[in-house]
Amino acid sequence: MKPVLPDVTPPGFAPPYPTAGGRFRPGQAVRVKPGMSIGHLRTPFYLRGRTGRIERICGDFHNPEELAYNHRRGNPVTLYRVRFTMAEIWGGTAERPGDTLDAEIFEHWLEPVDAA
Amino acid sequence: MPHDHDHDHGHDHGHDHHGLSPSGHPYRPDDDTALSRFQIMEIALREILIEKGITTAAEIMAQVERMDARSPALGARVVARAWVDPAFKARLMVDGSAACRELGIEVDALKLVVVENTAEVHNVVVCTLCSCYPRNLLGLPPDWYKTRAYRSRVVREPRAVLAEFGTRLPGDMRVQVHDSTADMRYLVLPARPAGTEGWTEDRLAALVGRDAMIGVALAGVPEGAPPA
Repeated sequence: MKPVLPDVTPPGFAPPYPTAGGRFRPGQAVRVKPGMSIGHLRTPFYLRGRTGRIERICGDFHNPEELAYNHRRGNPVTLYRVRFTMAEIWGGTAERPGDTLDAEIFEHWLEPVDAA
Repeated sequence: MPHDHDHDHGHDHGHDHHGLSPSGHPYRPDDDTALSRFQIMEIALREILIEKGITTAAEIMAQVERMDARSPALGARVVARAWVDPAFKARLMVDGSAACRELGIEVDALKLVVVENTAEVHNVVVCTLCSCYPRNLLGLPPDWYKTRAYRSRVVREPRAVLAEFGTRLPGDMRVQVHDSTADMRYLVLPARPAGTEGWTEDRLAALVGRDAMIGVALAGVPEGAPPA
């Protein structure tokens, strides 16, 4: 099914927290990986498999999936704010299809999407 | 037990006082539930840290008091400054935490993202996974913010939830929900109410309530002002 993508205006400023740059850019279409994972993680189920656009790069932060087990020496992972339309998240039952939702998603949960 | 009374005086007026207070109201059961595993773990860890001299009860109390001293009034100061000072607002939007520090508000490790309400967009904040909240700026979150009902419904039907808070938005305004899923925390910058031109920052700050900074309400409208 073709994703219903939001309009995104890139923030127009650099992330205030250190980042190595990340593989995605503001405005780019990305899909949240649909998979399951064991243990603590911060990628909500209701966004798995949904496609949105990068709203901004937040910076690079330690992976919560490692921090939860006190592994503090992993490489920081780029964190993004991703914007989704309610139509994309909830389909035909969306309260208002054009309303939007932003969530913070770590890079390893995102994959690029070829969006027109 | 306070409601034990002498049953020898003869109840001949046809009803039973048993279980009622002296004024005739039923007692509510005590709300004492057993400690959860994590509450027990917290107490155990705290006591061990104190016993081993790593921290003291006074230090813990001081930290609790430091957090308790934070309140939505801090956030209201930030909002009022942003309303009167466009250059400050621009810095606030780029790096919310740095801008708070400019005002002498120490937000510690809080990484603040400020989202602005405009004529086109209304922002509302939630943490669906737990209860992330900009505590260092607004103090402790309200109980409803942590409920399953708010957390599950505001991402599904934000307009219905806002309406229950008395906030009805124009149909052509986009609602933008922010789910605080990771390291950022969010402050809604409400729209400045009409009729406040020339007001001082202190007076403006009094219009900014906690719920407006979460996004379930709007900033207060001054008395006597025409509707926006």
